[in-house]
Amino acid sequence: MKADVAVIGGGPAGLAAAIAAKENGAENVLVVEREAHIGGILNQCIHSGFGLHVFGEELTGPEYAARFEDRAAELGVAFFTRTMVLGISPERRLTVVGPKTGLCTIEAGAIVLAMGCRERSAGALMLAGDRPAGVLTAGTAQRFVNIDGYMPGKEVVILGSGDIGLIMARRMTLEGAHVKMVLEIMPYSSGLKRNIVQCLDDFGIPLRLSHTVTRIHGKKRVEGVTVAAVDGKGVPVEGTEEYVPCDTLLLSVGLIPENELSRGMGVVMDAVTGGPVVDSQMQTSVEGVFACGNAVQVHDLVDNVTEEARRAGRAAALYLKDKSEKAGCFDTHAGKGVRYVIPQKLRADGQPKTLFFRVSGVFRNCATVARCGGEVIARSRKIICTPGEMESLSIAGDAVTGSVVVSVEEA
Amino acid sequence: METKSLTCVVCPQGCAIEAHTEGGRIISISGNKCKRGESYARTELTDPRRTLTTTMRVEGGALVSVKTKGTVPKDAMLDCMKAINAAETKAPVEIGDVLIRNILGLGVDIVATSRVKGV
Repeated sequence: MKADVAVIGGGPAGLAAAIAAKENGAENVLVVEREAHIGGILNQCIHSGFGLHVFGEELTGPEYAARFEDRAAELGVAFFTRTMVLGISPERRLTVVGPKTGLCTIEAGAIVLAMGCRERSAGALMLAGDRPAGVLTAGTAQRFVNIDGYMPGKEVVILGSGDIGLIMARRMTLEGAHVKMVLEIMPYSSGLKRNIVQCLDDFGIPLRLSHTVTRIHGKKRVEGVTVAAVDGKGVPVEGTEEYVPCDTLLLSVGLIPENELSRGMGVVMDAVTGGPVVDSQMQTSVEGVFACGNAVQVHDLVDNVTEEARRAGRAAALYLKDKSEKAGCFDTHAGKGVRYVIPQKLRADGQPKTLFFRVSGVFRNCATVARCGGEVIARSRKIICTPGEMESLSIAGDAVTGSVVVSVEEA
Repeated sequence: METKSLTCVVCPQGCAIEAHTEGGRIISISGNKCKRGESYARTELTDPRRTLTTTMRVEGGALVSVKTKGTVPKDAMLDCMKAINAAETKAPVEIGDVLIRNILGLGVDIVATSRVKGV
């Protein structure tokens, strides 16, 4: 089988990339999705808050996904659902298996990696105790409640105050569970402020910052957890332990970009983001292979995923038309107070560019600054910057003449 | 005099706002670093409203995701949940279909936010 552009993953990133590829002239565009339905994680994100930037209105996850699915279908994008990509060769040959395709090879002119991310699970936390039923990630619980119609428990403790954990605190409460508390090991929440107010405060659910779970109790089913305060280094403080009875522990402790396929085909990875190194056109280190969405960096807002994916899809279509040697690239670097910068490489093509990055701590009355050869090329004053909200800086096309460093400076 | 604490959600700063009320009337608002915080606090104190999103049963065992078309008073959310969980709809369902009209007389409809194909 042959395809002009093969998109791996039918979530928001894959859908937007496929649409952009079609709209920019790629003829035969296909999306490979391992789930039975297109839409990815949006299908279980039944809460609202999606689409404010892209559509100027507040949509739920399924509504947001449906708009892209409809547009893709209208343009003639082919969907292979329940279909798994087993591997990709650097020559852009995909090995896939699914009900429509059987086991087959797809030769792609260009590839867009849009596999999304996975949740960090219990095993990554090294918690003491047995492994009883009732310990699950917040996203798994979300699927049980919103798609399958099962309630995972009645007395709930949530570890981690990421957005999924906050959303599930509200969701479980609305469905009749008693959410006892949300624990956060950091002194601040990584979730959006409005989620803390509308998911916790609205229902009187306490958020305990600088606290964690140190032990899970129960053999067959969770019976309780030991909760303790942590010091500035995240180490539990002796004497602060408290036993909290519960039958369910939900984990919302971080997301990891899913890149087994990228690594397998030899794409160069970024150790900080866990995603591929990309240039300003979202191309990875392997020619003709592009990446976008949560497979590249974990986003806060799906609207940003859509924009990033549109760039990747468009670039994939343009690559098909013109494979000639491209202008060189300059590197970007994370400076003081910045954890990472996307893209890691900027094409010297004279086009205006946007840098996306996260800060490494909470900064007040500061400025985010991009410098090239010591000279300021972009600067933005901030009342507050937190690691939970992605930052960006726009730079003019002719400003980049060497490597660029992004850092947090005094206002 | 009564004091109520709020967290402003207008921007990521999340100002801790204190509002002093007497007999339901707002006397003063403090803690907000900008004007937007004041108007947020006034709305939150006088008529806090929310969009409710949940699921409804579809005959045959599936679920369809739903939302209130518009906002409902914050205090009515749990009663709305009871009414929605007691209801059931039939496939096919299209996005935007009204599944419960004027829930609890609040003047707000419950509409589908996902599709369920017919059997």
